[in-house]
Amino acid sequence: MKREDIIKPENKVYSRPRLLDDNIMHYCPGCSHGVVHKIVAEVIDELGLEEHAIGIAPVGCAVFAYNYIDCDWVEAAHGRAPALATAVSRLNPDKVVFTYQGDGDLAAIGTAETIHACTRGENIVIIMINNGIYGMTGGQMSPCTLEGAKTATTPYGRRVDLNGFPLRVGNVVSILDGTCYVTRQAVHTTAAVRKAKAAIRKAFLNARAKKGTSFVEIVGTCSSGWKMSPEKSNKWMEENMFAHYPLGDIKDTDKTE
Amino acid sequence: MKGNEAIAHAAIRYGADGYFGYPITPQSEVLETLEALMPWETTGMVVLQAESEVSSINMVYGGAATGKAVMTSSSSPGVSLMQEGISYLAASELPALIVNVMRGGPGLGTIHPSQSDYFQATKGGGHGDYHLIVLAPSTVQEMADFVALGFDLAFKYRTPSMILADGIVGQMMEKVVLPPQRPRRTAEQIKEQCPWAVTGREGSRKRNVVTSLELDSAVMEKNNERFQRTYREIEKNEVRYEARYTEDADYLIVAFGSIARICLKAIEDARKEGIKIGLVRPITLWPFPFDAIREAARNVKGILCVEINAGQMIEDVRLAVSDRVPVCHFGRMGGIVPNPQEVLDALKKDFINK
Repeated sequence: MKREDIIKPENKVYSRPRLLDDNIMHYCPGCSHGVVHKIVAEVIDELGLEEHAIGIAPVGCAVFAYNYIDCDWVEAAHGRAPALATAVSRLNPDKVVFTYQGDGDLAAIGTAETIHACTRGENIVIIMINNGIYGMTGGQMSPCTLEGAKTATTPYGRRVDLNGFPLRVGNVVSILDGTCYVTRQAVHTTAAVRKAKAAIRKAFLNARAKKGTSFVEIVGTCSSGWKMSPEKSNKWMEENMFAHYPLGDIKDTDKTE
Repeated sequence: MKGNEAIAHAAIRYGADGYFGYPITPQSEVLETLEALMPWETTGMVVLQAESEVSSINMVYGGAATGKAVMTSSSSPGVSLMQEGISYLAASELPALIVNVMRGGPGLGTIHPSQSDYFQATKGGGHGDYHLIVLAPSTVQEMADFVALGFDLAFKYRTPSMILADGIVGQMMEKVVLPPQRPRRTAEQIKEQCPWAVTGREGSRKRNVVTSLELDSAVMEKNNERFQRTYREIEKNEVRYEARYTEDADYLIVAFGSIARICLKAIEDARKEGIKIGLVRPITLWPFPFDAIREAARNVKGILCVEINAGQMIEDVRLAVSDRVPVCHFGRMGGIVPNPQEVLDALKKDFINK
């Protein structure tokens, strides 16, 4: 029996976004990436940007983002996506350029590229999934790993005396003059997904209007890296991650101007 | 004008779309000249001072992925930082131009001239099996001319190319005839010439993805075989060199870049003494002119390889003649440039007054 035999058009109440490919995703069950991919695909479609959007993929779990979202992509070296996005955007000012990165890619090895793209106010969208871990390489400590959190490289929990403090990247880039919009969202509930989508939509509109750099941090889960069930991951994220990374807009120049 | 300034003028006149760089002695005049000329107001060329060489080369990577003619320039320590990006450019089969105005190393080394990045430039430099097309200018005129040549070869073969200059030719002032202004390619021309470019997925076109990643080993091997086929084509078609006084020579000097000019003076002085020396100056350091050196060395008693480094190109010269002719190295290091008399004395010591 084929899938089409089961899913009859008259029964359909929901479908995959047009720009999200049918490829089987490599993400683990419970991972936040799939939902954020869906939101990005929807936003590009709804804003009519499919011929204008150029994505920059990271190194990390989202390295294969280009296999799922149907727009043109460049795959960057680890952490360098904002540098690529800078050039793509400046050389092609009619395009809407976005990076899609994890916190290990963006906030550790790519710190300089991120800070300076934001400082220059590049007209790009930066989406960072903050799950506080290096998922792809097997669950090592990332810059955003919470104090006490056990990872492959902090087997007894992150100690600030050894490893320093978890980095609030959104707050860091919010003080840079080139950012126009900095927000921290999540995708663990329907309400959160709606808010995250509104944020990503606003970020793309900002880039199109050349308002400066928009930075959307999505606090997400990594069930495999955290070694918890998807359900428990969401609970742990709400209780622990949100305490250190509170959700909501951090900066919006539309409201302050 | 200075060699570095010639690079900047030639880039604008080529119709380059973008330059991304970071200051480092002895090549900062490239970025300074471009910023002073403000080409974004004339040709529309983008010029950006990046936060590091790492960012510069990754901006080049991003720009090249969109089919634009983009370049960077730096000097040895900065080019070391760029090796990751250069490897990605090669692996993603992207055309781009990288200029290295070499200074002495290793480490922070010196700001004075050197040719000690020969290995890095010609043998790959970054990780993985790849080559760059490497052009070695010996005059300010060639600094200007090789910008267009470097870009054209890069686009012809979809591979990054490098101008491997040294601090002498970068800082030296000479007369130069600049090429006429070419228009930058239009968006339509880019789409036609670079159907692989990331230009926004229009209409029914499948999406373009520029990536160096391939986890399927069989496909990755195929990719590598394709890269190697390109390199064999380049080796077949693009070897460039200059030969002087080689017909009747008893000895041969092989030297590249500005040092070849010092050697030419030594050769002309030696002729007055009745010593017949020929010169082969490789213009492409990769692909290396193996056949030309083998041919020129057929009747010589010895080859002196003159480089301002500890002896790097000498390995390729020895390969060219399969050690059937004695090959010696003469060089200075630390930024010291030999004069023609030192070169001639070295040749006499190695081959004549043994």
